Amino acid sequence: MTAVDLDHAKTSAVHSFARKRLIGFTLLVLTLVYFVFIIFAFDVAGLAKRANWDNAVTLASDSWSYKTHVTRTNRTGEISYAVEGERKGEYPAGQRPDWVGGTADITVDLGEGHIVRLLPDNVTEFEVPGFGLIRAQAEGRQITTNLPDDLPEWINASTRRVAVTTPEGRVMITGAKTDIFNYFPGWELFWFTFESPYYGKSPTQILFGDQIDPARGNVAGAVSDVWNNPMWRHNDVAWAIGETILMAFLGTFGAAMVALPLAFLAAKRFTPIMILRAATRRLFDFVRGVDALIWTVVLARAFGPGPMTGALAILITDTGTFGKTFSEALENVDQKQIDGVASTGAKPLQRYRFGVIPQVAPVLLAQIFYFLESNTRSATIIGAITGGGIGLMLTQAIQTQKDWEEVAYYITLIIIMVMLMDWLSGWLRGKLIGWRN
Amino acid sequence: MTDANTAEPSDLGDIRENYLAQVQRRRLYGGLTLMIFVLLMVSGFVVADDRNAGGFWDGLHQIGDYPADVLSEAWEKRADLPSLLWKFLPALTETINIAAVSTLLGACAGLVLSLLATRGLARWPRLIPLFRRLMDMLRAFPEIVIALMLIFVLGGGPIPAMIAIALHTAGALGKMFSEVAENADLKPVEGLSSTGATWAQRMWLGVLPQVAPNYLSYALLRLEINIRASAILGFVGAGGIGYELRNTMAWGPGRFDEAAAIFVLLFSTIVLFDQVSSQYRNRLTEGLGQ
Repeated sequence: MTAVDLDHAKTSAVHSFARKRLIGFTLLVLTLVYFVFIIFAFDVAGLAKRANWDNAVTLASDSWSYKTHVTRTNRTGEISYAVEGERKGEYPAGQRPDWVGGTADITVDLGEGHIVRLLPDNVTEFEVPGFGLIRAQAEGRQITTNLPDDLPEWINASTRRVAVTTPEGRVMITGAKTDIFNYFPGWELFWFTFESPYYGKSPTQILFGDQIDPARGNVAGAVSDVWNNPMWRHNDVAWAIGETILMAFLGTFGAAMVALPLAFLAAKRFTPIMILRAATRRLFDFVRGVDALIWTVVLARAFGPGPMTGALAILITDTGTFGKTFSEALENVDQKQIDGVASTGAKPLQRYRFGVIPQVAPVLLAQIFYFLESNTRSATIIGAITGGGIGLMLTQAIQTQKDWEEVAYYITLIIIMVMLMDWLSGWLRGKLIGWRN
Repeated sequence: MTDANTAEPSDLGDIRENYLAQVQRRRLYGGLTLMIFVLLMVSGFVVADDRNAGGFWDGLHQIGDYPADVLSEAWEKRADLPSLLWKFLPALTETINIAAVSTLLGACAGLVLSLLATRGLARWPRLIPLFRRLMDMLRAFPEIVIALMLIFVLGGGPIPAMIAIALHTAGALGKMFSEVAENADLKPVEGLSSTGATWAQRMWLGVLPQVAPNYLSYALLRLEINIRASAILGFVGAGGIGYELRNTMAWGPGRFDEAAAIFVLLFSTIVLFDQVSSQYRNRLTEGLGQ
């Protein structure tokens, strides 16, 4: 190679490098410009104003903790104790949490020296270490306090409403009632509610101890009480998960069964008639293009909310996707095997069954099981739209904006469900196709 | 079948018997699997039908009613259709933008994650399982979960949907990218490291040029999926065309012309992206062979 050639090669290399750099640089600049446009279009600057960080704190703390309400109705002086302030979580008459003491004057120990006293005449005293004694009295709708004018951030007081928030708990006084919230980690009443005779019993007591409820055996009674827990509704949740998986299962396999014969119609190898082929392909494009969202909306009108609607929406959309990929797989089958089967005098249907299906089955099955997993996720979302399955329970729990522990519970279950389906689909793929990682 | 080969072919009848027994066993297993499958399908159908508000067979007759109502009303007001299409165009643009940005962000995150989680390429080989689990987690979260929680904190609008889809995309693309990267040729990487290149340089110059066509094709496929996802997320409260669709749906008759306009926009967008991305993907993967 001469020096001239080398020079030439060098310049062309330099040119090509320069061109590549220019293209790369232009792409980078275009992306950046697009991002800048998006920052304005999505109003990222206004995000700080719209965001509600209190909500984030509630969400984060509520999802792993619960609060017990001690409520005094000022008119009657009656005091009630309830987990999360719900009727279903109310302590039975005559029982109260062990951090509440006293008979005439009720003392609530919130922990770390924070003590609330509910005194006669609707007087509430709150001892806050490092701050002092807060005293408030409700008279009619008016509230009088001993609070100074200059208040720290954690006290919010007016003549109608006083709210004191400490790390140990929260006290809220209005003309109608005095509310004390005491926070604890964990999900309370997850297994048994107060109504259940098994509440507060240890697993060994239930399994090996004496019969607790005379009417039923320990294990049967405990299982039935957990299953019918009115607070956490394990029964409904299990059904909802089942519905979601059912939607994915029926939708995926139904779609595969509808798509397989249609795929033969769309493949050039098996359908020489051009119009038929084109029509089938357009049909696939159409059902895929309409998308699960619109199918769900349309089908919900005809079938009402529920798992059947969701299953059909998945079925119709995936028929398009499967049809397309199946017909592509069918185009690529080996003709030799079909000829071999044909040479034994097989009829067309037998030729398909023994000449074509064994060749494409692994590809098709892999595709179907892959979709089974991803459709479990879709079924959650479709359930939220059409009203069925765990998706509906999740959106309902989020919309009430207070049962965040239930939201956390549902999310955990959804994640476990998706991961299990992922594992199952991988395992089935391995088993049926003999493909191992 | 291997049994027949290893057995001594002393007697043709033996082989024949052996073969027939095997065929019978295969048929039995196949039949059993098929029976279980049919049983599952039928009972699943019955249960789903039972728990649905309206029955399957009743609904089957009504399936055309709603589309017919929408179409007839839209046909009566067909003169308004162009202006309605124009009216919902900004919402459609928002939906597409959500999908595009989340695909870009997700692909970038997925790219880094995939390289960190691939044997032979990882920056910290000991942390490979960690990054793999991280991708699994990101993939397992359905978008709706993250979107709804972010809507609660950040308020409605496109940003919660964008973040939700981007996170899921990072996990999904990360896994596919890492499968591609596993097959990458390591020689350029070795060559680069002999010149003292840093990890980022080795990846950028040694690995990326090899995997770029495949990565691009997966990202395009993802964009298509994300457009659908972003339309659906709009329906549960995050802006865009899905949100408009829910509003018109809630209104019912009288606004079916608007519903029709939204259907048309959504359908044509999805088909357009589907066709363009499939064309482009074909070109990318064909280009590899040459």
